[in-house]
Amino acid sequence: MDTLSDLADGVVNGDESKVSALTAQAIDTEGSAKRILDDGLIRGMTIVGERFKAHEIFLPDVLMAAKAMYVGLGLLRPLLIEENVDSLAKVVVGSVQGDLHDIGKNLVGIMLKGAGFEVIDLGNDVSPSRFVEAAKEHDASVIGLSALLTTTMPVMKSVVDEVRSQGLGDRVKTIVGGAPVSEDFARKIGADAYGFDAANAVDKVKTLVGKN
Amino acid sequence: MRPTVRFLSDELLATILGEARTLLSKLGVEIHNEAVLTLLADHGAKIDVENRRVHLKGSLIDQALASVPSSFALYNVLGEQTHDFSGSNIHFTPGSAAINVLDDETSTIRTPDTRDYIRYAQVVSRCEHIASQSTALIPADVHERISDSYRLYLSLLFCEKPVVTGAFTIEAFPIMRDLQLAVRGSRESLAEKPLTIFSCCPSAPLKWSDVTSQNVVDCATMSIPVEFVSMPLAGFVAPVTLVGSLIQHTAETLSGIVISQLTRPGTPILYGGSPAIFDVRYETTPMGAVETMMIDCAYNEIGKHLGIPTQAYISLSDSKQLDAQAGLETSMGATLAALSGINNISGPGMLDFESCQSLEKLVLDHEICGMMLRMVDGIEPRDDVPALPRFEELIADHHLLISEHTRRHLRTEHLFPGPVIDRANRARWQEEGGTSLRQRAHREVERLLGEFEPSRLGVDVKADLTERMTVEARRYGMDSLPRCDA
Ligand code: B1M
Repeated sequence: MDTLSDLADGVVNGDESKVSALTAQAIDTEGSAKRILDDGLIRGMTIVGERFKAHEIFLPDVLMAAKAMYVGLGLLRPLLIEENVDSLAKVVVGSVQGDLHDIGKNLVGIMLKGAGFEVIDLGNDVSPSRFVEAAKEHDASVIGLSALLTTTMPVMKSVVDEVRSQGLGDRVKTIVGGAPVSEDFARKIGADAYGFDAANAVDKVKTLVGKN
Repeated sequence: MRPTVRFLSDELLATILGEARTLLSKLGVEIHNEAVLTLLADHGAKIDVENRRVHLKGSLIDQALASVPSSFALYNVLGEQTHDFSGSNIHFTPGSAAINVLDDETSTIRTPDTRDYIRYAQVVSRCEHIASQSTALIPADVHERISDSYRLYLSLLFCEKPVVTGAFTIEAFPIMRDLQLAVRGSRESLAEKPLTIFSCCPSAPLKWSDVTSQNVVDCATMSIPVEFVSMPLAGFVAPVTLVGSLIQHTAETLSGIVISQLTRPGTPILYGGSPAIFDVRYETTPMGAVETMMIDCAYNEIGKHLGIPTQAYISLSDSKQLDAQAGLETSMGATLAALSGINNISGPGMLDFESCQSLEKLVLDHEICGMMLRMVDGIEPRDDVPALPRFEELIADHHLLISEHTRRHLRTEHLFPGPVIDRANRARWQEEGGTSLRQRAHREVERLLGEFEPSRLGVDVKADLTERMTVEARRYGMDSLPRCDA
């Protein structure tokens, strides 16, 4: 196995020390940090995502893999900056105003991070204007909204409307999810995507930012 | 002898309680409500202002526990007693606050409306083994800001049974209080004869939101009973072990008890919850998992040890339809809950991780509830000794079908579930249509709806309820309420 395949394997197994050692080795031997990122770390996480969807591995395995990936990413980051590699796409997430349920949203955030996105988590009970302001401030590509109460779902529409009314629709995409939310509802309020679970949310966000 | 089941040894129970108390004093509980922080500070709790963490000393917890009533009763809209929350008495209540209804005709889920809610209330009113109604659906044809109070309004209008409910916001509480005052007439008679129980949830781990802690305070102020619904999710926002989750549940519930009892000592409460294990394969909170049920039964033992009546979300299923999984998970939970003596057993009708109500499931579950109530009556001698005369009679007559002893005890000793549960022989079952359980359940729903008798609540009270609800609806831009004839 070459170093990068080995590195991907280390990520898959959530082996932090292996990922650390192999990333350091790859920095010495491979020329490009971008290649180490794509063919080592991200490739590992892609395999993890596929195995998770196939129910071969469970959530804690995904989180362990993500944690290991971040050890490698920490070593790579200065080189990525030097190489002028685009920073990771940013996603603002939060549970909408009036909603205190945040477990699903947290899970979506964790999985997005694991897939290599930079996540700005605004917490729960977040007003439409805070979502939009945060997206502008962080130059985020996606706003991810979570709602668990039928009574707070309408807030999602307010956020989508605010994104449009501020003329950000081309730059900032919206994705919605949560137990009472459906594909149909997402379409009705004009959201760009709907995710039925965390792995699905990651797939949809990748599509939104053109990475699928 | 009442049949019973136990999961915790005395020693383990004491350990769990001790660890929970240590958590509350050392780590504290996070509270996002200024008034509650002030209340606790006034009673000597140490507050870490920056992190909103309140450290609860053992003496404060003991003070609160000392004022909790060891029993209380509930009364229907007519003021008649329906519940006695004491000892090991059990009462069933439908699973609350579903997002969807399962439409039997189409086999699909949809958001409920006023018509669905009325049908639900009418069916519950005819289910003798289900002692209370819960505000089980959220009608989507009213403004979302009144959808919690509106379901209470419909319940009070269409069904006489007391109501297990809850507010989604702080602003919803006044109208939910006023609807109850309209039924009882005064604050005093509402306190004397409680009509509702409000579910109030801490957030795992060890946190109280502004809304839910304010709900606790508002209920206590009015002497409205509260059930604390702590939801540690084992393996995610709680330790993966059942003991670890129980420690967390105990700490969260004790903190709620402190808030309620310091607000108004003697406020009736149920030591409740809706914990679950977290299924790491599907990211779900299975209510039908055996471990979830074990946590429920075990915290019930802790509540009982503290001398407090109990509640749990335990007789429900995660299935998406009315199938074998729905029946088995519900009856497994109902059996354990009944044997444990959980006083208020929440769940009937519910599917899909507490998110979907089905009337067809409700009428099946109603029959399960009947069997459980029979079971806890236990095995008692009823004119059985001396046995000799009865056996002489049997041998002489070759049967006891019309014996005086049989006629005296048949209908109490044997329960006759049905028509959803089928006990016909195959030929008769075939002759009567060879129906599936689902078909029989649907037929039973229609039969109960056909038998519905309007609530005997006074016409003037009903008009008052409608007037108050209409005023509330106007605050949110609705000219009128959806049509419903009580
Ligand atoms: C950005 O893109 C995306 C993409 C995908 C996204 C996404 C975003 N967000 C989620 N997803 C998706 O991916 C996730 C991972 O697979 C999934 O997320 P989920 O969140 O669905 O799944 C989680 C991983 C696990 N699931 C959960 O965490 C939710 C489980 C249930 C049981 C639940 C819980 C745990 C809680 N609750 Co509440 N709670 C219920 C829930 C029942 C249910 N079946 O949903 C529900 C939602 N709650 C309800 C209620 C009524 C309430 N709750 C309340 C409180 C709580 C707790 C605090 C106790 C706790 C939440 C703790 C927390 N920190 O989040 C209160 C809410 C107060 C408020 N204003 O918010 C209160 C009002 C109760 C009260 N009277 O106090 C009901 C809603 C009724 C309705 N029709 O709207 C409810 C259906 C349960 C019930 N039947 O009563 C997908 O939906």
